[in-house]
Amino acid sequence: MARRAYLGVDVGSVSTNLVLMDEQGEVLEKVYLRTKGEPIAAIQEGMRMLAPTASETEIAGVGTTGSGRRLAGVIVGADCVKNEITAHAVASAHVVPEVRTVIEIGGQDSKIIILREGAVIDFAMNTVCAAGTGSFLDQQAARLGVPIERFGELALMSKTPVRIAGRCAVFAESDMIHKQQMGHRIEDIVAGLCEALVRNYLNNVGKGKDIQPPIVFQGGVAANVGMKAAFEKALGTPVTVPEHYNVMGAIGAALLAAEEVERRGGPSNFRGFHALDMDYAASTFECKGCPNLCEVVNIRMGHEVIARWGSRCGRWDSF
Amino acid sequence: MKITFAHMGNLYITVKALLEDLGAEVVVPPMPSKRTLSIGSRYSPEFACLPLKVNIGNYVEALELGADTIAMAGGVGPCRFGMYGEVQREILKALGYEFDMVIIEPPQGRIRHVLEQVGRLVGRNPMRKYVGAVRLAWAKMTAVDELEKAAQRARPFERRRGAATSALGSALKLVDEAAGISQVRRALEEGQEMLRSVQDPTPGASRRNPESPPRIGIVGEVYVVLEPFVNFEVERRLGEMGVLVERSIYIGDWVKEHVFKDFMRLRKSRRPYDLAKPYLCHFVGGHGVETVGHTVEYARRGFDGVIQLAPFTCMPEIVAQDVLPAVSRDLGIPVMTLVFDEHSSDTGVLTRLEAFVDLVERSRRRRRARDGTMG
Repeated sequence: MARRAYLGVDVGSVSTNLVLMDEQGEVLEKVYLRTKGEPIAAIQEGMRMLAPTASETEIAGVGTTGSGRRLAGVIVGADCVKNEITAHAVASAHVVPEVRTVIEIGGQDSKIIILREGAVIDFAMNTVCAAGTGSFLDQQAARLGVPIERFGELALMSKTPVRIAGRCAVFAESDMIHKQQMGHRIEDIVAGLCEALVRNYLNNVGKGKDIQPPIVFQGGVAANVGMKAAFEKALGTPVTVPEHYNVMGAIGAALLAAEEVERRGGPSNFRGFHALDMDYAASTFECKGCPNLCEVVNIRMGHEVIARWGSRCGRWDSF
Repeated sequence: MKITFAHMGNLYITVKALLEDLGAEVVVPPMPSKRTLSIGSRYSPEFACLPLKVNIGNYVEALELGADTIAMAGGVGPCRFGMYGEVQREILKALGYEFDMVIIEPPQGRIRHVLEQVGRLVGRNPMRKYVGAVRLAWAKMTAVDELEKAAQRARPFERRRGAATSALGSALKLVDEAAGISQVRRALEEGQEMLRSVQDPTPGASRRNPESPPRIGIVGEVYVVLEPFVNFEVERRLGEMGVLVERSIYIGDWVKEHVFKDFMRLRKSRRPYDLAKPYLCHFVGGHGVETVGHTVEYARRGFDGVIQLAPFTCMPEIVAQDVLPAVSRDLGIPVMTLVFDEHSSDTGVLTRLEAFVDLVERSRRRRRARDGTMG
């Protein structure tokens, strides 16, 4: 009999990540894709990429997370649909059991999670400001003509980082342009930007939080060694970037699915890899029932409506 | 004269009863909707807090329905709310609306001003008419509070998701339509019965927790705490996740504390202030001190978590927010802050609520495992 495996799917605003995990919690295969505003296509693409490895296993459970978790949940047939804060915390505590602080910076979200003895005791997420998240770094790298993959290395080459205002992404950019025009070296500007973003993160998301080591830094931005170094400098303690730093949400979703299937018993709700070839479509209509004019979303598999959401009052939720 | 006023949760039932019983014609604005918010944000200063914007939307929608007089509360202290009546009048005048605005300042022991302003709204009335109207309004206000509390207790145990909320809606309608105190009493009983009947009678039927649901207290700025439209129905959502919710502010308690006792020159309760004292001993405007005091109280009562609600840029709540981590640490109660602005997506709020409920449940399980008790 094929060995059992768990599938985790994390559909975020910028990236869609999938992992296949064995019963011992080891990652068998992982996929990191750009969502590009088309979550359904990204999930299908990711599943296709996983299918060869998955065909040697029996999928015993599926979990979804991220801002697109509900959508992903109905498409794959999830056993467990969980918010990304819990998923990231679970994954982090799985990889580094003694972790006490998780710094997670993704495409448009950044969060801090405080754990004690493996359990979340406090957390925060960026609210009204997205400075310092992956999207902003991407933009600045493109503007400076530096490939995002080299951004971090460049920062490490700096001897005298310049000071950049990190409160607002737009003003940080004005500051950077000004420093360039003053003739500062590009690596000093890049390093200064990393420090500014770390400052912004700690004063904003990390405000009032009891940040204790061991600290795990994960999410797409953890690839940036310049950001890692800036965190270590600001916090005065080493920061661990786990091997699968960019798919931690998906790992958490897979672990939570395993937990759920074990608790509930019975087979997984997984629709199977063949369901990938089905034609999924999302359509929207505006409900005229009241002045809220809710935008209601229909998810169709073939001709069948498999999910519907978006109404404030819930009148369209059942079908 | 057609009087209107801004919405704040179910307060309209009380205000409408009071004014109508005094012989005034009332135009209740449509319940706040996306339209209300977009009108409000279009005409309000960008950095004003959400209450001002939704108020403006309420007024415009009521003026469209023929209202010609706006009743608004004033205020004192560092919270900007005290200025909102004046600012709103200027905004609406600039838009070309013709109306009269009556701003009722807190009495602070001087009853005369209040009576003068109320007189402007409803004309001269014999004293016994005032007494009758206040008694009816009071009965309705108390009934609304009782029903809201009953709905909070019912939600974690409801058989069908949303049943308690729709029962609450029908019950509130009965209270709103009740013509006298005895009818209000009947409406309340009927409403309580409806809210009982939506629950699963089997003991321990709570969806998430077979033994007993977790308890979460909601604290914060009065408007965002009481108005479900702006707080993305935090109360209902938590209830439907299987949480027993209690709010630090119910409109009846609030009126008793801030209007009635002031009016009657009675001593106000010092309790939230006393409880807040180790952390915050100055009046910081709005409900800053109460937020801290109630968090302490919920911790002492053994609640599993506290959620603070605040409108974006609310100074009193920002002060409280900075103090709350110390309360949380000292008393071992998880605290989360949610800030509300004009966002139209509830995804962010839902993610945080779900994560907070996860946190609360895990810490409860741990606490119980440590104490070796259930219950």
